Amino acid sequence: MLRWIVWRDLTLAWRRRADILSTVFFFIIVVSLFPLGIGPETQLLRSIAPGVIWVAALLASMLSLNRLFANDLQDGTLEQLLLTPQPLFLVVLGKVLAHWIVSEIPLVLIAPLVGLQFDIPGETLLILVVSLLVGTPVLSLIGSVGAALTLGLRGGGVLISILVLPLYIPALIFGAGAVEASIIGASPAPHLYLLGAFAIVSLIFSPWATAAALRISLE
Amino acid sequence: MVAPTLLEVKQLGCVRGDRRLFSGLDLSLAAGTYLQVTGPNGSGKTSLLRILCGLLAPAEGEINWQGENIRSLAEDYFTSVTYLGHRHNVKDELSAIENLRISNALNGIVISKERAREVLTRIGLAGRESLPARLLSEGQRRRVALARLLTSGTKLWLLDEVLTSLDKGAVALIRSLIEEHLAGGGIAIVATHQDLSVAAGSSQRLELAT
Repeated sequence: MLRWIVWRDLTLAWRRRADILSTVFFFIIVVSLFPLGIGPETQLLRSIAPGVIWVAALLASMLSLNRLFANDLQDGTLEQLLLTPQPLFLVVLGKVLAHWIVSEIPLVLIAPLVGLQFDIPGETLLILVVSLLVGTPVLSLIGSVGAALTLGLRGGGVLISILVLPLYIPALIFGAGAVEASIIGASPAPHLYLLGAFAIVSLIFSPWATAAALRISLE
Repeated sequence: MVAPTLLEVKQLGCVRGDRRLFSGLDLSLAAGTYLQVTGPNGSGKTSLLRILCGLLAPAEGEINWQGENIRSLAEDYFTSVTYLGHRHNVKDELSAIENLRISNALNGIVISKERAREVLTRIGLAGRESLPARLLSEGQRRRVALARLLTSGTKLWLLDEVLTSLDKGAVALIRSLIEEHLAGGGIAIVATHQDLSVAAGSSQRLELAT
């Protein structure tokens, strides 16, 4: 069942590839604007890189979040998903997993390339990828709660950012912190462990919250 | 022989916003019953169907399926119900076959491509099974959604304005599908303005007033 819902959402995403590409290009452009605006001061660039890349990843994932349930609401398939004989949080988990694969994994893969513009050393690029790999599931999971709460509201896109971005702060601090630690030669492990713990907590709680929010939104 | 009561509705009331749509509604439906819900626009037909399938919580009253409250049955209840709303429930990017197979799989029924093709032929979509649904006409997309009735195997059908944009042939097809379903011991609750004139062993009519 989980397999089917992931497969369904991946197929749908593939048939609308332009949406995925726009998220990736937004990420690339936002990150690239900083070196262009600041100029070739390697020391400064290196120290702002972790924060810039992580913030750009947060903003890029905002773009795809309001599509998470809105399309399904419009054609009525979301009602049908609510009426399937499985616990709703499993359906939500499947959709979130598909969202992560479609909207976050491309960012993780492209991050080391855009990181090169900041003169980040190779080892740190690896830490950047690891921190994004651990941290981006948090973005999809917590984002799904916001997407469900703002479902069907006018101006939901802005509202979702106001709701969700503050909740991303722990992920931002530990994620960027890990990369920063690696740049100054300290161990990134404590940051990554905390980020992992935050990911697990959001994995446990957000599918339930999203399921409850969906039921309310559809009443 | 008296057929056992499957669906029992007691003192059901529905409030939307600050308007009371209906209250004190009692229904008792046995296997093989056809119930047509009529009433002017805004009288609560859709709300009633959404309450009966569990999407909407009633303001008051209770609904029992085979003697058990549907709130406590939760997901188990959904294995007995197929609800088709007035929206199409069809994904535009997917073909008719994919739509049918996925919506069935999500309900725990895995059907092969061949079986899906058979069903779509019966519903009148032969030759168009592999087209993306956005290329189909309104009526054809409605048929894709209705194809699920043939595979679901559920006891209770809740159909909300499903006849919109269907041609005469399709309406006749739906009538025969419902008659088959009733003969097999199912229940069909249909909200519609058109008279479907279904031949049923037991037929009821519910008129909602504004």
